[in-house]
Amino acid sequence: MTSRYAKLWAAAALAAIGIAQAAYPEKTITMVIPFAAGGPTDTVGRLFAQSMSNTLKQQVIVENVGGAGGTLGAARVARSAPDGYTIFLHHIGQSTAPALYRKLSYDAVTDFEPIGLVADVPMTFVARKDFPAKDLKELLAYVKANKDKVTYANAGLGSASHLCGLLFMSALQTDLTTVPYKGTGPAMNDLLGGQVDFMCDQTTNTTGQIKGGKIKAYGVTTKTKVESLPNLPTLDSSGLPGFEVVVWHGLYAPKGTPKPIVDKLVQALQIAGRDATIKQRLDDLGTDPAAQNRMTPEALRSHLKAEIDKWGPVIKKAGVYAD
Amino acid sequence: MELLSNLGLGFQSALTVQNLLYCLGGVFLGTLIGVLPGLGPIATIAMLLPMTFTLPPESSLIMLAGIYYGAQYGGSTTAILVNLPGEASSVVTALDGHQMARKGRAGVALATAAIGSFAAGTVATVLIAVAAPPLAELALKFGPAEYASLMLLGLVASIVLAHGSLLKAFGMILLGLLLGTLGTDVNSGEQRFTFGEARLADGIGFVVLAMGMFGLGEIIRNLEHESTREAMIKHVSGLWPSKADFKRMLWPILRGTGLGSLLGILPGNGAVLASFSAYSLEKKLSKHPEEFGQGAIEGVAGPESANNAGAQTSFIPMLTLGIPSSPVMALMIGAMIIQGISPGPAVMTEQPQLFWGLIASMWVGNFFLIILNLPLIGLWVKMISVPYHLLFPVILVFCAIGVFSVNNAEYDVWLMAGFGVAGYVFSKLECEPAPMLMAFILGPLMEEYLRRALLLSRGDPLVFLQRPGSLVMLLLAAAAMAVVLLPAIRKKREEAFQEEE
Repeated sequence: MTSRYAKLWAAAALAAIGIAQAAYPEKTITMVIPFAAGGPTDTVGRLFAQSMSNTLKQQVIVENVGGAGGTLGAARVARSAPDGYTIFLHHIGQSTAPALYRKLSYDAVTDFEPIGLVADVPMTFVARKDFPAKDLKELLAYVKANKDKVTYANAGLGSASHLCGLLFMSALQTDLTTVPYKGTGPAMNDLLGGQVDFMCDQTTNTTGQIKGGKIKAYGVTTKTKVESLPNLPTLDSSGLPGFEVVVWHGLYAPKGTPKPIVDKLVQALQIAGRDATIKQRLDDLGTDPAAQNRMTPEALRSHLKAEIDKWGPVIKKAGVYAD
Repeated sequence: MELLSNLGLGFQSALTVQNLLYCLGGVFLGTLIGVLPGLGPIATIAMLLPMTFTLPPESSLIMLAGIYYGAQYGGSTTAILVNLPGEASSVVTALDGHQMARKGRAGVALATAAIGSFAAGTVATVLIAVAAPPLAELALKFGPAEYASLMLLGLVASIVLAHGSLLKAFGMILLGLLLGTLGTDVNSGEQRFTFGEARLADGIGFVVLAMGMFGLGEIIRNLEHESTREAMIKHVSGLWPSKADFKRMLWPILRGTGLGSLLGILPGNGAVLASFSAYSLEKKLSKHPEEFGQGAIEGVAGPESANNAGAQTSFIPMLTLGIPSSPVMALMIGAMIIQGISPGPAVMTEQPQLFWGLIASMWVGNFFLIILNLPLIGLWVKMISVPYHLLFPVILVFCAIGVFSVNNAEYDVWLMAGFGVAGYVFSKLECEPAPMLMAFILGPLMEEYLRRALLLSRGDPLVFLQRPGSLVMLLLAAAAMAVVLLPAIRKKREEAFQEEE
């Protein structure tokens, strides 16, 4: 390991002296997204890649390296040259992988150079249309009384919906029948069909269904209400004090990427964060770009650490592993 | 009357010069990537997604949809000409289509595929226009128990795909099931048969397996006797189906369309299931089942119609509910989100010109496809008379590019090479890969639904018999099993009696 770091640092040092760096970027930049094209993370990434292309005057192309809950893409980036031509957009999964995977080929903190937080996607607590509970209080009472009967769907191990469910069960100190699906699509399908009782998923996936009246919504998982869903209270204020799950997205570069290059990327990210079109699109999805002062390496570094500390114990306690 | 005005609105939007051009561009590109082995619509649409930023929503979705069903059209061309199914649903087309080509009837096979697809596309478009919302609601009633039983039925039906030894077909199905178990277990997260290899954590890709077993295996086999192959394709007779051919393809096209339209609505691999089941159905109904596997025109007409109808109706859950039933549909949803449209039940009412425009464009696209494809048949047929030593390196390169493009992983290319060798060995042993591929697709799905159904029923297996839909499927599976096994048993008994005499 040490020799690898030494090599990386040597490469970084070389790159730092090179005059080429002043001219960065001179060629296409690849943004690795560790999920399939078309998903919510991919959409967020593509929106930002588009704007960053304009700022950096070079194409930022998205490369989808899916698989193993995002860890394959992360491993690829950790091994990439730290020259600023490979960047990495990942969500909350970057902070949960260390607890979910016993064998990771990379270190989620030390193998990456944080660039900044990108966007926070809230989650919503939803149930099938004919679920008896009227509001969150009733739902909690119902779940406690019928804990052998209710079923909870999630989009697979380590997914945001899985994490939200874990936190929910830990808040209620109960165990529910969890029904895992391969992705949100099929899970939503069974929720619409009334096959499962409830789930908790990102606004990107649920807003259309909530507005169409196809599912019942009980609240949002953020500390503040969501603009596009004004009628939904926060879970925090309506029966589950302290409950918070945010699918935050961060932008990283491989460890050892020279600071001047990181600075340029930070700048491009912040400009994208102020872009009116991006704001509008994210707003449609029930989310916002991260605040400008959070689009910094420091903010992402400390947030990543805080989230690792938050989720590690929850995951360990539930005894779940993804490998 | 509302339907007519809706369709009017749709055609108004689909027939603008700009949208016509994007539709044409989409289906042309789709045909191209469909013809090129390995390159699929998923990679192409993903690559083109950034381009759609600047287009109006209708144009971008019309183009992307065109790529998708255009690829279904093009995929059958390679399957027929060089026995290389680029798409999961073309696997069955290769069975009889390629045999037809070997007998000099490549033109007829291609024309059959084109006509069948057009007819199916037209019917499916009407179906979406008339009944999309109720059909989507119906599909939602399909729970895990029904799916598990449906998959079992599909698995039983896949035995019919084999035309050689029944025992070998069983063996290949078992192998397909085993390969399908590879990867991360959905419920527990345990790794199965990955040998600590993170790149196997999501299992083996279908394209990898199909390209290797079919494509590379076929290439090795062809190289073995290149001289005889050349002699065989020299005499290409008639490009156009005869009157007798038309008569034979009519019912298979209609049945295939019906089956495909229904199965396409189901999430998952509806279109794939459709083409496989259509083939099994035609073989069972045929008066001369012995011709199947030897170049039966029904074996091309049925599955091709089914797969195109299925491809079309798989838009129903995406358009009416905002649920992606396949990776391609997930990309379409991504394209909508990028355009600022949040997918869901509201799209139909809030964006009528998009919804109906897309539907109308499907018919327009199918029309383009048939004018594009029929005159090209002569050209395609000429392509197979290109000396094989010039053709196969090109095919190899495209297979490698195609497999690589799915996950951008070179590991998959090596894996494909390994399956290529396996494919060759199996063909030497006269074990057919089609039932294996079917089991590979259905096995994991069946397991997933079976376990989900049992989770939801708290471990009570009676749920499969209590739900009427599931019960019907199980009875059909039992009947299909009996139909397959009885002749074999009878034969055995006859043999036994003869020996006694």
